[in-house]
Amino acid sequence: MLMINDYIRPKSTREAYELLTNRENSQVIGGGAFLRLSSKDIDLIIDLCDLDLNFIKETDTAVEIGAMTTFREIEKSDILKKYFGNLISDSVREIVGVQFKNYVTVGGSIYPKYGFSDLITALLALECKVVLYKSGEMRLEDYLKEKIDGKDILIKIVLAKESTLSSYKSLRKSAGDFSILNVAVTKNKNGYKVAVGARPEAAMLAYETAEFLNSNSSVNEDIALKAAEICCESLSFGSNYLASSEYRKELCRVLVKRAIMEVVK
Amino acid sequence: MLWVCWTANCNKEILGGETMKVVNQSIPKVDGLGLVMGKPTYTEDIIPKNALVVKVLRSPYAFARIKSIDASEALKLPGVECAFTYKDVPKVPFTRAGQAYPEPSMYDKFILDEYVRHIGDDVAIVATVDEVSAEKALKLIKVEYEVFEPVLDFEKAEGHKSVIHSGDKIECKVDVGLEADKNIAAKVDIAMGDVDKVLDDCEVVIRRRYYTQATHQTMLESFRSAAYIDERGRLVIIDSTQIPFHVRRFLARAFQIPANKIRVIKPRIGGGFGAKQTANSEFYTALVTLKTGKPSRIIYSTEEVFEAGSPRHAMRFDVTIGADRNGKIRAIDLEGLSDTGAYGEHAYSVFLQAGMKSLNLYNKVEAARFKGKVVYTNHTPSGAFRGYGATQGIYAVESAVNELAHELNISPIDIRKMNMIRQGEAAIKFNFNGIKSTAPTEIVESCALDYCIDRGKELIGWDEKYPRKVIDKNRVRGIGMAIGRQGSGIANVDMGSATINLCDDGSFTLLVGATDLGTGSDTILSQICAEGLGVSFDKINIVSSDTDITPFDGGAYASSTTYVTGNAVKKAAEKMRRLIEEEGARNLGTDVDKVEFDGEFIRVKGYDKAISLEELATKLMYSQKQLVASDSYVCHKSPPPYMAGFAEVEVDLETGKVDVINFAAVLDVGTVVNPNLARTQAEGGIVQGIGMALFEDVKIDSRGKMITNNLMNYKIPTRKDIGNIIVEFAESYEPTGPFGAKSIGEVVVNTCSPAIQDAIYNAAGIRVRDLPMTPEKILRELKSKTR
Amino acid sequence: MKAIVNINNQDRELIFEPHEYLLDVLRRYGFLSVRRGCDTTSCSVCTILVDGKPVHSCSYLAARAEGHKITTVEGVEEEARKIAKLLMDEGVDQCGYCSPGFVMTLIGLKNENENPSDEEILDYFMGNLCRCSGYVGQLTAIKKYLGVKR
Repeated sequence: MLMINDYIRPKSTREAYELLTNRENSQVIGGGAFLRLSSKDIDLIIDLCDLDLNFIKETDTAVEIGAMTTFREIEKSDILKKYFGNLISDSVREIVGVQFKNYVTVGGSIYPKYGFSDLITALLALECKVVLYKSGEMRLEDYLKEKIDGKDILIKIVLAKESTLSSYKSLRKSAGDFSILNVAVTKNKNGYKVAVGARPEAAMLAYETAEFLNSNSSVNEDIALKAAEICCESLSFGSNYLASSEYRKELCRVLVKRAIMEVVK
Repeated sequence: MLWVCWTANCNKEILGGETMKVVNQSIPKVDGLGLVMGKPTYTEDIIPKNALVVKVLRSPYAFARIKSIDASEALKLPGVECAFTYKDVPKVPFTRAGQAYPEPSMYDKFILDEYVRHIGDDVAIVATVDEVSAEKALKLIKVEYEVFEPVLDFEKAEGHKSVIHSGDKIECKVDVGLEADKNIAAKVDIAMGDVDKVLDDCEVVIRRRYYTQATHQTMLESFRSAAYIDERGRLVIIDSTQIPFHVRRFLARAFQIPANKIRVIKPRIGGGFGAKQTANSEFYTALVTLKTGKPSRIIYSTEEVFEAGSPRHAMRFDVTIGADRNGKIRAIDLEGLSDTGAYGEHAYSVFLQAGMKSLNLYNKVEAARFKGKVVYTNHTPSGAFRGYGATQGIYAVESAVNELAHELNISPIDIRKMNMIRQGEAAIKFNFNGIKSTAPTEIVESCALDYCIDRGKELIGWDEKYPRKVIDKNRVRGIGMAIGRQGSGIANVDMGSATINLCDDGSFTLLVGATDLGTGSDTILSQICAEGLGVSFDKINIVSSDTDITPFDGGAYASSTTYVTGNAVKKAAEKMRRLIEEEGARNLGTDVDKVEFDGEFIRVKGYDKAISLEELATKLMYSQKQLVASDSYVCHKSPPPYMAGFAEVEVDLETGKVDVINFAAVLDVGTVVNPNLARTQAEGGIVQGIGMALFEDVKIDSRGKMITNNLMNYKIPTRKDIGNIIVEFAESYEPTGPFGAKSIGEVVVNTCSPAIQDAIYNAAGIRVRDLPMTPEKILRELKSKTR
Repeated sequence: MKAIVNINNQDRELIFEPHEYLLDVLRRYGFLSVRRGCDTTSCSVCTILVDGKPVHSCSYLAARAEGHKITTVEGVEEEARKIAKLLMDEGVDQCGYCSPGFVMTLIGLKNENENPSDEEILDYFMGNLCRCSGYVGQLTAIKKYLGVKR
């Protein structure tokens, strides 16, 4: 059973950060979905809902998404569709249901680096930066790899405005379930990016695969298959109750190939 | 809020020749409006004020002995009213299985025991003033366990060094073949003819092995009950149950108090599907309320429902079928192994049905046999789940018949038509344990399987689509089919009764013990009552499932409500009609054979002299007499409903993912009492069947902990997982059923797994023979085929 | 804790503990149509509307509700009755346990998209589990309620 002593809505990010760092057993709440599943004692829940972090806006060079923006909002966003096609909406479309997406937040999914996350895989295949209150701005791929010092607060993510072709693929055993594996492939003027997640560990970029694709002037099905082979050899996969590592590896080959072909079409 | 009644606007003639005014109409459920609008009518909504919160400490080990247990710290916590360990409760073994007495289930459960036999088994019970202190109290109970090696593989349970039950502490009122020291809970050995001899003589013999998993009923309302002591010192239980009368008996035995000091009330409940045919939470609230005198309540978490509930028995079958080259099946030999988990509720009965019901689809064999054992393991105890063994057995037999058809290069449809049971034929009479049966030969008086298959074929587009259609290089579609059946009540065992009171305004109160778990039995029994009385539907007010008020009924299981209780209702209605005619005649100053009752008036035949029912009722009540009619029915046969199920699936050859595109089913349930409700039962059952076939994976770790113990990890089908479901009914009439009706509750689950399995085979050329058929398993078979 | 929450167009002062979810607080204040179906945000039985959007009340901390408009079935009686009749016409009211959550989700859909395709309807209701009805009649009822033209 979840026990919470205190609930505060800070009026500024500074206040939020001070509360987070001064009170030991405190936690920022995103959508609260995973909090719901936990059974612990928390001294203080810090709710960022009054900090105007629910936004999707364009700047000259980027699209910024506030940490408190819900999955449903990013699913329906015309701005995101305009620049990134269906990548982001496809990545969240099959997650649980509309009720869930109406409270689960971008920040609440990215900050904890959840392995099963569909959104992280999609964002990783874009030029994505995360902005944290204390640690500042860094590439999502670096954020996923590095351990940050102490607690921090995710404020927003910044997506470089690049016209991007994209494809998101995942396999679930039944609708709304966790992905057994998910894949995002993008191509913009800088070349290809391939991200694979729910391995079951968190998403990673497949650098060799992207290099291989970039080294080919045109990509056909044979090239796509070869790229997929490189991908599943270059990444590691694990087993859990959803699937074995062997199956994930097979899926990687199939989904990466299909995603590349969809981008290329 | 007044519910303005919907009245029948057309009379329907049914196959038996009767003209129906109320039966065979899609009358909306009597409780539908209130339920959808969220009226507080479920157990949790009517818990007595200030009820103590009861929680159960559950075992973290699959098999252990409690070396020491100390609740003293918990008792010191403010708000804690009481705590119980095995030392504080009566030591009487009982069964929780909702079956007629004497139950063919082991009396192997105690309120609390020194041994814990599965993860989730009860260790201690606390009652406190609120949830928070109840959670804290559980954590303060100190337990030391002596941990044993658990039995987690049912194929290795027999003779395992860990013996789960002590033979001298448990008993069974019926000899079901219990051998506790070998972990054998029950044995079945039924046969007709000499199977081995016939098989030796057959031109073709195939032998296959199949596995089914322990699926969960997953009703959305968990187990819960509340208890209080009324002003006369009686224990009252408000219970989300399918078996109120059996619960009363169990509590009487477990607590050694007279049954007439206990009242069990079932309010609206949020589904059961068999889970609530095993008593569960009632023991805890009864204990707390009896000991403290205060009201108490317990509501199970989802994890408790999964780990301490009663899922379907996982089974293994070896099917051997012998046939001639032309497709005539001559012998079927079925050998099974069933996992009853930690306790033996329903162990024998479920297993017996697996063989009896499946083999009797093919009654013309020269020989048939079903043998096997049910073993104890340290898994969550299995219980009753829609289909009750028949689902598992039919999966195995129908899959094998499909495989035989392929082996012989005969269409699966033709092989069914050549061999399946038909109307007017006799069912197989089995000898039990080598003893010749003295039971009468059972003739199947209604069976429309022929029509069900022909029509199902049309609905799925069999001729155009069989066996497969290639969509593109990665996707293939295939079609498969299977037939299925269940029963209607348990012959000579299931009894239902009904009482009808005439009210002073000319309406009727119908009292039935029968349990509506959301299926709409309150509605269809009211329909049968109205039809039997010859009055309009709105004249019936039904009261159900209160052991103080309503007459006895076994409960909602064995697909007995429509057939058994329905017959009782019809008989009571006929009695009431006669009473009305008698009293009407008396009040009109004539003899009963000179009057007739048309539903509104009692008229003197040939004369312009009548009295309205309303007027008669008023006169009788003020002040002559109260008319009451009561009757019971015990079924002497269990007429099977039948079904033909047709699946069209699409297989992704690269990922192994299978999607159901279409599932068509045609059912023979006799007269369809309420077409809308019946169709919905079929659709719901088919979705459960699809879940068992493809999605509902059960994962247990090496310690015996259920990983798939909540709805996030255990996936029942969503509305996006089921494709297009088409259901139709055959015209059929069961002469022994109320207005020709049989039953529908369980048969609906039984054709999905074998039909889908063959559809996958026809699409992709591979078979997965253990359920569920997950993408990973399918891909593994596809890969090994291409190697 | 105390919070002013607008429930069914009426401002109410709710008193609760910080750890409590809106589901339990609403039930305590007599909104018994709101109920729990699972413990893992998987079934949508507990669905209510927050500012017109369907949300799981079992995962929404009561403390977050301050300043928002909450709608339960008790607050939309007329629409609930219409939907109830359509469900009953199909025979899919069955055990009724998932119905209030279903009703609120349908009203949420109506707020968002008045003419959805079958696929959009199934997507919207993906998280609404029902173990009784098999979903088929529910889709018919949804389309009738929305008066879907296609």
